[in-house]
Amino acid sequence: MKRIGIDVGGTNTDAVLVDGNAVMGAVKTATTDDVTGGVRTALRDLAVQVGDAIAGTVAVMIGTTHFINAVVQRRSLNRAAALRICLPACASLPPMVDWPRDLAGLVDGGSYMVEGGHEYDGRPLMPLDERAVAEAGRRMRADGVRSAAVTSVFSPLTSAFEDRAAEILLSEHPELRVTCSSTLGRIGLLERENVTILNAALQDLAEETVRAFETAITESGIAAPLFITQNDGTVVSAAIARERPVYGFASGPTNSMRGAAFLSGIDDAMVLDVGGTTSDIGCLRAGFPREANNVVQVGGVRTLFRMPDVLSIGIGGGTVVAEAPLSIGPLSVGYRLTRDALVFGGDTLTLTDVAVAAGISDIGDRARVASLSPELIRAVMATVHRRLSETVDRMKTDAAAVPLLAVGGGAMLAPDRMDGISEVIRVEHFAVANAVGAATAQVSGEVDHVFRDMDRDTLLQTAEQMARERALAAGADPATLKVVDMEDLPLAYLPGNAVRARVRVVGDIAAR
Amino acid sequence: MEKAVPAPDRIETAAPRAPRVLTIDDIEALALGAWILGTGGGGDPYHKLLNMRELYRKGHTVTLIDPHSLADDAQVAVLSNMGAPLVGQERLADPEFAVKPVRTMERYLGRRFDAVMSLEIGGGNGVHPLMVAALTGYPVVDADTMGRAYPEAQMTSVAVAGLQCFPFTLADIRDNEVIIPRAESWKWMERISRKACTEVGSVAATCKAPRTGREVKDHGILHTTTKAIDLGRAVFDARARHADPVQAILDACAGRLLFTGKVVDVERRATEGFLRGRAEIDGVDGDAGQRFTVHFQNEFSVGYLDGVPVVMTPDLICVVDSVSGDGIGTDVIRYGQRVSVLALPGPEVFMSEKGLEAVGPRAFGFDLDFRSVFAETVSGETAP
Repeated sequence: MKRIGIDVGGTNTDAVLVDGNAVMGAVKTATTDDVTGGVRTALRDLAVQVGDAIAGTVAVMIGTTHFINAVVQRRSLNRAAALRICLPACASLPPMVDWPRDLAGLVDGGSYMVEGGHEYDGRPLMPLDERAVAEAGRRMRADGVRSAAVTSVFSPLTSAFEDRAAEILLSEHPELRVTCSSTLGRIGLLERENVTILNAALQDLAEETVRAFETAITESGIAAPLFITQNDGTVVSAAIARERPVYGFASGPTNSMRGAAFLSGIDDAMVLDVGGTTSDIGCLRAGFPREANNVVQVGGVRTLFRMPDVLSIGIGGGTVVAEAPLSIGPLSVGYRLTRDALVFGGDTLTLTDVAVAAGISDIGDRARVASLSPELIRAVMATVHRRLSETVDRMKTDAAAVPLLAVGGGAMLAPDRMDGISEVIRVEHFAVANAVGAATAQVSGEVDHVFRDMDRDTLLQTAEQMARERALAAGADPATLKVVDMEDLPLAYLPGNAVRARVRVVGDIAAR
Repeated sequence: MEKAVPAPDRIETAAPRAPRVLTIDDIEALALGAWILGTGGGGDPYHKLLNMRELYRKGHTVTLIDPHSLADDAQVAVLSNMGAPLVGQERLADPEFAVKPVRTMERYLGRRFDAVMSLEIGGGNGVHPLMVAALTGYPVVDADTMGRAYPEAQMTSVAVAGLQCFPFTLADIRDNEVIIPRAESWKWMERISRKACTEVGSVAATCKAPRTGREVKDHGILHTTTKAIDLGRAVFDARARHADPVQAILDACAGRLLFTGKVVDVERRATEGFLRGRAEIDGVDGDAGQRFTVHFQNEFSVGYLDGVPVVMTPDLICVVDSVSGDGIGTDVIRYGQRVSVLALPGPEVFMSEKGLEAVGPRAFGFDLDFRSVFAETVSGETAP
């Protein structure tokens, strides 16, 4: 079964063709401003490299850091209105109360708090104030705001008020795109609302980006459906990804670690991903990234995302090296590497130049770094090795020595030996581990439903069956399905032993 | 046989500390320290901290006063937010509603309060009275009645001392108010007030039985607000120096590190307005190969090392993030977290027979004789 995986990063767009357990081809190109161009070039290069083998591709799976970068770098965000259904509770802490000022200033399309919400046991807190919701919708339209985030107290238990509010808003303002918090998060009002507002603020970019991907694939003559990778190592259809861009926030590190596991056949290891600007260190457990402990902040905003636990330091192939006094980074030439670095004819000394001079990399024109002194090269490499080793050690939780998988375009910068590391492993195609991770992502099926008058075993079995059917409908291979999340919450207030069950099933994409 | 309740730290020889206006930095440190002292309960103070930032931004301030400066007949409101921490994650704390039961109590008593204080310094309730103080102008007394957090009304120093348990007021975010003018005992007060709290959504602002200045000085747990601020500052300071925040907690509170590991399983159930359950932690580094089990009823109550009970209430059992030193609540502890389990000394009042009856392991359903982690050191036995 053939799949194309593409990683659209800030610097490079990488593409691979994976068939079963084999990487049939891999290419690396520069990311372009219009996104489409880079993806199109990558697909063209890949087709040239693998020839007829590209025929019969069943899926194109794209991972991108576009959405999280937009939040972190405060660009390409649209204004979003926040409607919170909560009064008379929660009034003293309005939407975006704990956001960084600059980000709130860009995104804030008006905040509205109306009566409604639910209790922990599913009873209404107050009836929904439908007139106030309608009034909010009219004001959003008058303000020219085209995206809204709707958050109701205890909506993860029952989304009734959010669904009704969305309906009312749309009847007042048909062009509005509404994100409901119950589709994105769990208990934790402020954090769930934050994520919902971020999602609403990414609607323009998500539409644009997904359309660009689709255009590039169509123009490349590939007749396979588009999937977008998610934080948890699964993919969703392009239509769902367009609605929920925040679910792709952490797909970069997830893909890189899942790709490293796939390429090496090692499921438990540290992973060091050396890119153009940073090195990211994470930890693989049973083939999946270890998740971060704490509340995860994205661009200074608290979220409840479960994200890979990754530590980043400013060391990458494009990192700028200054002599006398010697300093390394954090500045990077980024995507201008192939123009600004010495070996490419530029006049900026980067870590790539030092690597070429040290004989551990063979790109560009080696003659242009022949004048670098051996002392400088030794000093720079020693510092890079020390910093990487220290960071790996900080992320390590086991006392026993574990292997380290060095991936990414700058993997040659990793030292061959580190304390607490049994061996440093570099495998073919590690430079495109991200794209490989995307190509080998799985699909999921989720059910979140209130069941009545069933014993616990029966309802969990029923829920699991529904989730399996949804995973199959999403394109999963039935032989590979497994349950990754199952929880049930008794709703004491409802008649007939009501229980809310949530089950999530994942599996590999099936050949069609 | 009943022993007299010891009353340490009651000798008023030293002059009371001068009142001080808290800075927002003090309150940031208080929130962090209170969360650690909350032993997993009392709710994450984050929302109350956010409210305090908003109130300070609008120009409100809070003055902290030494309990020894209270007149004997001063009237002190003992405040808390009651309910399940999980509910607090959805129904965010609101200062206006925190004031309501205080005003209800004042109307019922027919007199004004002179100051407010925390029922429990641990968790969000360590910050709760500050919201009321900021809006009303009442000073906050540097004391509480638990020195930590506990789930029930009879688990306080004033209950152990046998002080009167009524009257009690409770307010809801809607226009519901409850006054309990009398109750047979602290346990009855707990049962009746808990029912009211559950009915309004398992979260309510409350004003417990008011205390006189004399009662606070004799039976309160003194200077715990300052203790929490100092603890928070120690952790902030350790982080800034890239020192170990867990060690900073141990140093600030004369505590002991019991276990370091990773959470591998959490079982949780909500019953009668409480969050009950246990977390299983697998050891790392020096504790590798061992398993620590910590049980909770809103707060961590008993800890077992490989099936052997090694720490129990009223010693404080704190589970903190091994890297940041942040407290971890029983409502948010989850699989994969890397945690350190610490024991901190509990208030002396709870080590008495009456104290143990109220908050010892049997009060939480564990048929164990209390043994303090710290007493063992004194008697020269091996620490767990």
